Amino acid sequence: MTTTNLMFIVVFIALISYWLGIQRAIRVAGGKKKIKDLISLPSQYGLLTAFWCGIPAILFLLLWSGIEGSVVDSLLIDHVALSLDGQTQQNMGLVVNNIKNLAEKIILSEDLATATALQLQHAEYYLELSDKAIWLKTLLTLIIAVSCVSIILAKIKHSFHARNNIERIVRGLLFTCSGIALLTTIGIVMSVLFESIAFFSKVPMTEFLFGTQWSPQIALRADQVGGSGAFGAIPLFVGTILISTIAMFLAIPVGLMIAIYLSQYATPKVRSVAKPMLEVLAGVPTVVYGFFAALTVAPLIRDFGITVGLPIAAESALAAGLVMGVMIIPFVSSLSEDALTAVPTTLKEGSLGMGATPSETIKKVLLPAAIPGIVGAILLAISRAIGETMIVVMAAGLAANLTFNPIESVTTVTVQIVTLLKGDQEFDSAKTLAAFALGLMLFITTLALNIAALKIVRKYREQYD
Amino acid sequence: MTNSVDTVLPRSEVTERIKLGLKKRHRSELIFKSFGLTALTVGFLLVFFLLFDIISKALPAFHQHWVKLEVDYSAANLGYTDGDSLDKLSYRGTLRKSIYNQFPEVKSRKDKRKLNGLYSSNAEFAIKDYLIANPDVLNTEQYVWVRLDDDVDVYLKEIESLGEPLIRIDATEAQWVKSLVENDYIEKRFNIEFFTSSDSREPELAGVRGALTGTMLTMLVTLILSFPLGVAAAVYLEEFAPKNRWTDIIEVNINNLAAVPSIIFGLLGLAVIINVFGLPRSAPLVGGIVLTLMTLPTIIIASRASIKAVPPSIREAALGLGASKVQTAFSHVLPMAMPGILTGTIIGMAQALGETAPLLMIGMVAFIVDIPASVTDAATVMPVQIFLWADSPERGFLAKTSAAIMVLLGFLFIMNASAAYLRRRFESN
Repeated sequence: MTTTNLMFIVVFIALISYWLGIQRAIRVAGGKKKIKDLISLPSQYGLLTAFWCGIPAILFLLLWSGIEGSVVDSLLIDHVALSLDGQTQQNMGLVVNNIKNLAEKIILSEDLATATALQLQHAEYYLELSDKAIWLKTLLTLIIAVSCVSIILAKIKHSFHARNNIERIVRGLLFTCSGIALLTTIGIVMSVLFESIAFFSKVPMTEFLFGTQWSPQIALRADQVGGSGAFGAIPLFVGTILISTIAMFLAIPVGLMIAIYLSQYATPKVRSVAKPMLEVLAGVPTVVYGFFAALTVAPLIRDFGITVGLPIAAESALAAGLVMGVMIIPFVSSLSEDALTAVPTTLKEGSLGMGATPSETIKKVLLPAAIPGIVGAILLAISRAIGETMIVVMAAGLAANLTFNPIESVTTVTVQIVTLLKGDQEFDSAKTLAAFALGLMLFITTLALNIAALKIVRKYREQYD
Repeated sequence: MTNSVDTVLPRSEVTERIKLGLKKRHRSELIFKSFGLTALTVGFLLVFFLLFDIISKALPAFHQHWVKLEVDYSAANLGYTDGDSLDKLSYRGTLRKSIYNQFPEVKSRKDKRKLNGLYSSNAEFAIKDYLIANPDVLNTEQYVWVRLDDDVDVYLKEIESLGEPLIRIDATEAQWVKSLVENDYIEKRFNIEFFTSSDSREPELAGVRGALTGTMLTMLVTLILSFPLGVAAAVYLEEFAPKNRWTDIIEVNINNLAAVPSIIFGLLGLAVIINVFGLPRSAPLVGGIVLTLMTLPTIIIASRASIKAVPPSIREAALGLGASKVQTAFSHVLPMAMPGILTGTIIGMAQALGETAPLLMIGMVAFIVDIPASVTDAATVMPVQIFLWADSPERGFLAKTSAAIMVLLGFLFIMNASAAYLRRRFESN
């Protein structure tokens, strides 16, 4: 029985126990008419029973599925080690994998001609083990569910505070849910950090941070040419900065002017048209922008280059950067608009009352007052541009050129992460681990930008609150 | 007073000076305002250009050219003897013969190969399916409609729309296609298969059904996980959490998580969910979990804002009548906050629907023909399908990619419109 099926069964038992709890409560009270003698409502007794049935059983199931694999593996290794000599014990991982593959073949009743008798015996043992594990899992889950229900049913009395118990459980559940966000962060940090440490034990950190040569192919054979395995990330950082800068050159002026116009000049009618337009721009998936960049904007820019006699690369940084700028416009504009509208109207009215024109008010009063908010918005936008993946994967190149020339092809951190991890990968090669090291850099950079932005925005908000 | 203007200049002269500057100031006012208007116009133009570009590229994908073939279903042709199963007859040979019969003048081997290339590679299955569906056509000659090859299909579409085709096909091939068109052997049909068939290496056969099913499964997992988790976390933080360090950490953490690049969540999924917990690669289950972690901050932030907006009088009334805190939260505050929570959830789901990068990391980029049946089957999703098709060199995929984008944008539009509708409806109440 699979874990999913068992979960459904547990939920079913929980539903039954809800009904059982209610019935039990009514019986304790002595009939439906006397239920007001109970200290809690019958449905609360039912709910408590259901909780006590479901939660321990499901927790147990999750725990079991977490450790089952490794326990079965270690039992299998113990068994296999008895019948193998020391020499093969070194590639135990391989042996175990072979046994598992064989076991799968037995289940699918495929051709077993290539297997030796010993291997077959091991595979049978493995199948037996996993069979036992499944039975044990099912049995224990059911025992836990049923015994918890019977304990609670026995506890139901006139004076049993079911509601207080439920509420304690509910609070605990809510608290756990709020911790998930924290767990996610810890998971992210752990996963990128551990793999990065493994990477830095193979490639020195200084070479990664300051090297100017990036070619992550590792030689498979000693005599292979070109597989140098250079992991200098400077070209990737430069490429990322170049593309983000181009994006910001488009997004900041356009986004900021849109924000100013919408918050200061636009009539409600214009706003009612412009807001959905910005929402469309913000809501378009990045893969669509990537398609647009790669198949429409890049050819346009290249054709333009040909007419003016400039050799523009097919995957130029310019195309990716411009489209990324378009993507970020609504982001900049909505955050800057928030910053502008947060400026107290008294400042604005004071300036207008003194005879300043609206544009003078904006330039000399509103913008200076809103500048922290706008800077925060720009920092967040930069962090977004750095972390943006699909546009650059589709429209920027793969070659790690160290250049600041926008009409040449560059590659970025995110592009390399995707290229290194797309498809199958083994987890001990420096090539795969390099992606996690890049991920760590990305995470640190964006986190720093976000924290700085939030700090600035918060500080500024306090000024006027 | 350090400013001497007030005291020295007479009032009329001050006015005079202001008037002198006024023209220039008004002009700069106009310029500034027109900058704003220009920026807004640029935004509009970009939206129109983007949508126009995609729609105009997508339209050809909704039609497909079919060609009529005169198939000789004679037993000799098919290699059929009584009692044979209809499954394994020589359909390829029959197909070739009927093509050569249509163009008796073609003799050389090279030209014959080109001729075969005019038809979709699944034409032999089409004539097979026709025979299996109508067994009584055995030993007769029948007209069977099959798909044209994608290059020829694109060629015809470009002649229709542009007059001059951008795609190059061979001169002799063009001649054959011309004669087929002139003899009314070619017909344009609505391409229903785009919605009912799965991915394929051949552009004329590829459809979005597999990716759509994968998207549905992934979104289902995401919704089932992220909605209860997000709402529970928001309720805890707004209604129960004591103001202490722990709560502060969680709050800062949620805000930061909302701005972490999505690709990082893919790394998390790969390193933890697949490698540590051992869940299957390419599965909607893993995709759903990764997207849940990514959308949770959005849902939590929106739900908190909505819960915060419930007037405190509601809580006080409930508490005053003897309800417990949990009862107040779940029976009074939550129902009132629900519209806002739902809006936030829909927006979060729309974000998840368009997300691609983290799914590339967890292996949802595989070429998958089978339509996934459960959340642990290998699957792909719409945005990834778009990415894969956009990468394909065949010209026929250009239109397919744009059409898939239109389908995706359609779904996003529906979700966002319903969120806006919900918001407006409950705001007015």
